[in-house]
Amino acid sequence: MALDTILIAESTPDTVQPFAELGLKADEYARIKEILGRRPTSSELAMYSVMWSEHCSYKSSKVHLKQFGEKAPKSDALLVGIGENAGVVDVGQGYAVTFKIESHNHPSFIEPYQGAATGIGGIVRDILTMGARPIAVMDPLRFGPADAPDTRRVLPGIVAGVGGYGNCLGLPNIGGEVVFDETYIGNPLVNALCVGVMKHSDIKLAKAAGAGNLVVLYGAKTGGDGIGGVSVLASETFGAGGSTKRPSVQVGDPFVEKVLIECSLEIFAEDLVIGIQDLGGAGLSCATSELASGGSGGMKVALDKVPLRDPSLSPEEILMSESQERMCAIVEPSKIERFLEICKKWDVTVTVIGEVTDGNRLEITWNGEVIVNVPPRTVAHEGPVYNRPLAQPAYIDQVNSQKVNVPMPSGASEIKAAVLKLAGAPNLADKSWVTTQYDKYVQGNTIQAQPDDSGMVRLDETTHLGVAISTDANANWSYLNPYQGAKLALAEAARNIATAGARPLAVTNCLNFGSPEDPGVMWQFAESVRGLADGCLEMGLPVTGGNVSFYNQTGSVAILPTPVIGVLGVIQDVRKRTPMSYKTGGLELLLLGETKEDLAGSEWAFLHGQRVGQSPDADLAREMRLIELLLEGNAFFTAAHDLSQGGLSAGLTEMVLRHNVGATISLSHPAVDLLSETPGRVIVAIDASKVSQLQALATKYSIAISKLGTTGGDSLTINDCLISLDELRTVHTSTFPRLFG
Amino acid sequence: MRVGVITFPGTLDDRDAARAVVAGGSETVSLWHADADLKGVDAVILPGGFSYGDYLRCGAISRFAPVMSLVIEAAGKGMPVLGICNGFQVLCESHLLPGALTRNSDLHFLCRDQEIEIVNNTTPWTTSYKPGEKIVIPLKNGEGSFQCDDTTLAELEGEGRVIARYVGQNPNGSRNLIAGITNARGNVVGLMPHPEHAIDELTGPSAQGLGFFTSILNAMVK
Repeated sequence: MALDTILIAESTPDTVQPFAELGLKADEYARIKEILGRRPTSSELAMYSVMWSEHCSYKSSKVHLKQFGEKAPKSDALLVGIGENAGVVDVGQGYAVTFKIESHNHPSFIEPYQGAATGIGGIVRDILTMGARPIAVMDPLRFGPADAPDTRRVLPGIVAGVGGYGNCLGLPNIGGEVVFDETYIGNPLVNALCVGVMKHSDIKLAKAAGAGNLVVLYGAKTGGDGIGGVSVLASETFGAGGSTKRPSVQVGDPFVEKVLIECSLEIFAEDLVIGIQDLGGAGLSCATSELASGGSGGMKVALDKVPLRDPSLSPEEILMSESQERMCAIVEPSKIERFLEICKKWDVTVTVIGEVTDGNRLEITWNGEVIVNVPPRTVAHEGPVYNRPLAQPAYIDQVNSQKVNVPMPSGASEIKAAVLKLAGAPNLADKSWVTTQYDKYVQGNTIQAQPDDSGMVRLDETTHLGVAISTDANANWSYLNPYQGAKLALAEAARNIATAGARPLAVTNCLNFGSPEDPGVMWQFAESVRGLADGCLEMGLPVTGGNVSFYNQTGSVAILPTPVIGVLGVIQDVRKRTPMSYKTGGLELLLLGETKEDLAGSEWAFLHGQRVGQSPDADLAREMRLIELLLEGNAFFTAAHDLSQGGLSAGLTEMVLRHNVGATISLSHPAVDLLSETPGRVIVAIDASKVSQLQALATKYSIAISKLGTTGGDSLTINDCLISLDELRTVHTSTFPRLFG
Repeated sequence: MRVGVITFPGTLDDRDAARAVVAGGSETVSLWHADADLKGVDAVILPGGFSYGDYLRCGAISRFAPVMSLVIEAAGKGMPVLGICNGFQVLCESHLLPGALTRNSDLHFLCRDQEIEIVNNTTPWTTSYKPGEKIVIPLKNGEGSFQCDDTTLAELEGEGRVIARYVGQNPNGSRNLIAGITNARGNVVGLMPHPEHAIDELTGPSAQGLGFFTSILNAMVK
């Protein structure tokens, strides 16, 4: 194909351009022509198509996401908010922590290993780009039915990809989720969270300031992988047939990224960059336009200088390529020599590809001919905004008006069967098959990891300061009531941190939904965002950033609305954390929080094929009182464990099996007590001498408290139902090996 | 006493190894793969990770790093050398130790708390343990299955050069449950599990890995 330059574009206004194939709508194409006052060159068209994709531009979600700013609670902790590569919060002692979740759903369905691996790679670079050393990852995952043939293709590949990439980077994997539901069968969700730490003074931003400063590309060479990943893959619904789109999946090399991390941290430590941006979705199109747009606007780039793995790539392909492990920095001329030296030490390919200019145009040349000349803000920050139609879907009234109708166990043998059924259910069974493929020890600062309630890492070996993170989503509740579902997920994530003794500080999210072009899906999304924004305001937790993944649907079947909420908290002394279980007998087990008959959206209902009824209402004022109780009680708790999916039955199973010490429990209404999933409940294990102290705390914070029983023995005994720990363990641990080998 | 910890591109557990050296009472010295001298260290640790991305074979490229010729020379003169995980693989590729580490028998990366038995406490890295002492430390690797020919195996067993064995079910298909070995002279030790990740109960499954690092202090003081 002949080179399409600005000169040619001006003289051939009627050339037919493949905007639709690139994912642009007719009106979007018209707007590009209006902005430029001419037709775009093919390179400009390529840039706009990827940057205006749903994935990059948030065009359908923007009007809703602004609530996170409008309803933001006052917070002294927020150092960098929404809009940068990741939010940054102050955790004290001069430390700043940055964390974010991203989705890599569509590529992971097509090519599970590489899709998941590059999902980890991308989020780690976002964290690195803020100036932070990445210190841990987490992976909330969703799959089709556990016994579906395609799940056997997708799950092992995704788990191996998450592990293969994260392990090789030397990042401990400290938690995540594995949840199965039939709506995810063609649309598995791979969400990846990374957390990083830095000193306040080391925060870096994506801006290109100072005319004459150099634009430097470093890291891997550019290849033909991932071209159009954000537009072709992530922003369209999968059809039933059609091509496999495999060339649009990126291919990762974690060794290159590990070297890139160490090289970048050495560069940051010597304060050699003005601004920095990683190359992820939309590649160079994104990095150059965002850097220029974040600064004064002027930048000149010689695209022919970009080092290539495949010399046959066209300028358009180079601009769209999503080749992994690349970074783009703005460097003062006086510092470039040292910058190049550090890259040489790490054997990292580095090239000066352009410079910051006066003015407000991003100009890209190819062998001296101008192929792009655009106002960068129109590419990066002023993309289309859609206020898409939304309507409460018909199913809502239908399911909300029905009552859950499931068998309720009575008598010892039925109770035993119910507890074992939940213990072995894929959503609740032991996840060691997954987590043993992840390195949780590297870096030597992991305090808690799966199967603990939250992941916890130490930041400072001298002061013992640490952070805890939990990610949660209950898609069953979100399906029944997306507004409440988002609030409930937020509350659960915060509670999971507080059980360990960490104070919740900030929120991130990954909002996974079906097609925004479906008014019902758009309503689910809008309600979820409203719920999360309201919840964060009420709980005083700022949203620091997040990610939206639309088009998770095959044909007309959308996934369950799945807003994954991540909450980060601070713990002053990790040595004083409360673990999720106990190691000795003779302790008292008490339940904080009241149990109602909340079976709608429960695992018990799911196991009986029922997704009807009304989700519980989130009582965030009560959740906040419970959190304060937990933080105060941390001083004398032996163990504390959050109750969520699977209710008391699952909670007890996890506790007794953790250190192989049983419990004797007495319940007045065993069926409801065991199976209900009323939110806001925590099991606490304490020494008998501390019971009155805990009761006083419960009174102080107006939290219901009831006695469950005592610890000890080699069985879980509930009233007259005795389950040996051996039998319980066998059921709990055999599900994954049986399904996945 | 000064213990060098080598960083290759792709090394991951270097900072952990250095932390363990300090916890064991010695001073730690960072060594870079391209270094032209060993900075006067008394012993060397090759830590875990994915040096050079495990390209070709684990450890196959690292053995050609400039610092390795110095390590091979010093080891020949009796300097204590410990290779952990990827470091063990590098020592095998460098022919300082016999055998090879291949893919785990179930073909998955495996990270778990592993019981091992110290069967040779005469090396400079194992004197803090009693013979037969059982400890729990993390095992984490994808290629940890120790393999060698029958003659080598008979030699290792006959000369008491197996220093640690897995207890219970074989986690990765290693011959004779071998978790670690030493060379004929007894100064070079390769170990698949990670003692540097078990120096306190806060961050590891136990503090039972510390013995490797107190051993080296004792060995050098003597």
